[in-house]
Amino acid sequence: MLKTFRIGGIHPPENKLSAGKAIQTLALPKQVIIPLSQHIGAPATAVVKKGDEVKVGSLIGQASGFVSANIHSSVSGKVNKIDNVLDASGYRRPAVFIDVEGDEWEEAIDRQEGFVKAFDLTSKEIVQKITDAGIVGLGGATFPTQVKLTPPPGNTAEILIINAAECEPYLTADHSLMMEKGNEIMTGISLLMKAVHVKKAVIGIENNKKDAIAHLQHLQSNYHGIEVMPLKVQYPQGGEKQLIDAVMRRQVKSGALPISVGAVVQNVGTAFAVYEAVVKNKPLFERIVTVTGKEVLNPGNFKVRIGTSIQTLIDAAGGLPENTGKVIGGGPMMGKALANTEVPVTKGSSGVLLITEKEAKRKPVMSCIRCTKCVNVCPMGLNPTLLMTTTEFTNWDLAEKNHIADCIECGSCSYTCPSNRPLLDQIRLGKGKVMGIMRARKS
Amino acid sequence: MNLYVSPSPHIHGGDSVSKNMYGVLIALVPAFLVSLYFFGVGALVVTLVSVVSCMLFEFLIQKFLMKKEPTLWDGSALLTGLLLAFNLPSNLPVWIIVIGALAAIGIGKMSFGGLGNNIFNPALVGRVFLLISFPAQMTTWPVPEVMSMNYTDVETGATILTMLKSGSGDLPTYTQMLIGERGGSLGEIGAIALLLGLIFMWVRRIISWHIPVSILGTVFLFTGILHLVNPAEFANPLVHLLSGGLLLGAIFMATDYVTSPMSKKGMLIYGVGIGILTTVIRLFGAYPEGMSFAILIMNAFTPLINTYVKPKHFGGN
Repeated sequence: MLKTFRIGGIHPPENKLSAGKAIQTLALPKQVIIPLSQHIGAPATAVVKKGDEVKVGSLIGQASGFVSANIHSSVSGKVNKIDNVLDASGYRRPAVFIDVEGDEWEEAIDRQEGFVKAFDLTSKEIVQKITDAGIVGLGGATFPTQVKLTPPPGNTAEILIINAAECEPYLTADHSLMMEKGNEIMTGISLLMKAVHVKKAVIGIENNKKDAIAHLQHLQSNYHGIEVMPLKVQYPQGGEKQLIDAVMRRQVKSGALPISVGAVVQNVGTAFAVYEAVVKNKPLFERIVTVTGKEVLNPGNFKVRIGTSIQTLIDAAGGLPENTGKVIGGGPMMGKALANTEVPVTKGSSGVLLITEKEAKRKPVMSCIRCTKCVNVCPMGLNPTLLMTTTEFTNWDLAEKNHIADCIECGSCSYTCPSNRPLLDQIRLGKGKVMGIMRARKS
Repeated sequence: MNLYVSPSPHIHGGDSVSKNMYGVLIALVPAFLVSLYFFGVGALVVTLVSVVSCMLFEFLIQKFLMKKEPTLWDGSALLTGLLLAFNLPSNLPVWIIVIGALAAIGIGKMSFGGLGNNIFNPALVGRVFLLISFPAQMTTWPVPEVMSMNYTDVETGATILTMLKSGSGDLPTYTQMLIGERGGSLGEIGAIALLLGLIFMWVRRIISWHIPVSILGTVFLFTGILHLVNPAEFANPLVHLLSGGLLLGAIFMATDYVTSPMSKKGMLIYGVGIGILTTVIRLFGAYPEGMSFAILIMNAFTPLINTYVKPKHFGGN
């Protein structure tokens, strides 16, 4: 019996159209737009100005505060301007526009293609290199990695869990990376283990990626303390709390951090970025993005420089199909609908999903028939229909008592509802409100 | 190109209200065929009148009283009509059925705001309304007559439960009870057919096991203990399982989404409550049958159960 998390969950059609496709490197665009806020926390402060020459890997944004991350140029060329741009979150935020000239890299970066085994570094040095490289969680949450590697005093990590679930339908970026960069990932994991002082790491990976499981299992004997754990396919396995429950059989309490049960969780793509940062001195300025959709001509996995427009990616996959109704940054369950295709790729972009107009339209909302299907699928053990109602009636007390703040916004409730009720839309509103009230009370 | 921009999730599983309602309707087909076989044309007439009048009242009330777009084809009024018919004797006159349908849809469902808002099972509101208003007609049960062509003019007799209550009469054999050759409301007689419906709904994941199993288990246990203590006075628990509206109620009435609890633990409490109440009414009450009252009473407790019995919270104690 394969393990999975113990409460709720759904199994939507996997639609991994780009599985098994080799990673293609996207040609350099003419211009990149690099947002200064690609992570959770304070935006980086621009350290370049109009007219400055930059190289690939040059620092252009300095982390401003503890929870923040450095931003580097992904191309060489000249800074055209610093201006606001509509990003994947739907907000206008400051970004550095760079006109591309050539492809000249910072000298410190090791551009050799081959795999290099890690050299001896202390935990502190590893974390420093990760901080310098501007690495953030690449699963989509984009939490600055160095913060997660620095547990609050009094907490010790027992185990490093590598999130290779890739539970979102359609997405295959992590899958393709595991197939092609297995040794690099394993080295990155070893470095992360050293950084958080643990002897054991578990790669949690859903069983719909059998080739990647076999590949990593083949490699694991060369790396001390790393175990590959196949998991039953169940959404949202990639949720941090769900993955910890699946792997460790421990549940992180409401409002607590994974470290409270002895776990540090990092995405498999992050492990690769850590390898590149520590071993190759390469800042995070490119990543793998899946471009996919049922009508897409050539769904695939692309290595792309941060700041490239989504449109360039879509063109590489065969162009935007006529009947596209929605362009999603990320997967179909938790991704964000984009307002246009000029939005730049950021560190958190795991995929671009094109949904047909027919699928994009929501069906008419009907009355709740209290079928409890949303309750059964909620991976946090909440009552979504009750939380929706408490939000509609602005009963924040009741919403808080029923743990609205614990919602991970996975969307399993809305996906399941036979009455097409916008459960998560409302719960998200209520959650924001209640968390504001909770913060105000604390301070 | 115009793009839709809306919050996640961006895909839907494809389930719908009507899929669930029609799923239950399909599950009711075997039991309906059994009633057609043993009660003949009466079963057909009662069912048609009940379904048509329930749908008509739903339409009229939504259109002219609530002034909103009627949702006739979601299958819910059709289902209420069918379930009401299943709870009526097959020789009930048309005008009484129409009154029952009005009580079910008008009082039971629409007065609370329509689908999803009612506290009590609408079909049972209709049935109990008729049982109290027309006790004679509602307890005159036709005896099974294969493919009978008569409607109101049929031979009537005692049901299993009235025989148990009065202590006289010859009980049907277990085989007869299983296939449905016994007196009673038109949809409650065929035990095997009802169980087939239950299996269908389990396979299609329309309902979970919690409510039917807890009701049937409780009745079996309760009547079983009493039977062991005093076999002369209390009937075999199997007879209780196979008689009256127990199976129909446990499988199709108590499991109504709207009026049953939302958590698994809550469903078990609700089911045990129905089981105990049914047994108490059957064995110690004035009525021979207690299923309808038991379900309606536990319907009233459902909001309370929902308030105090929550689903298991992640990371909770």
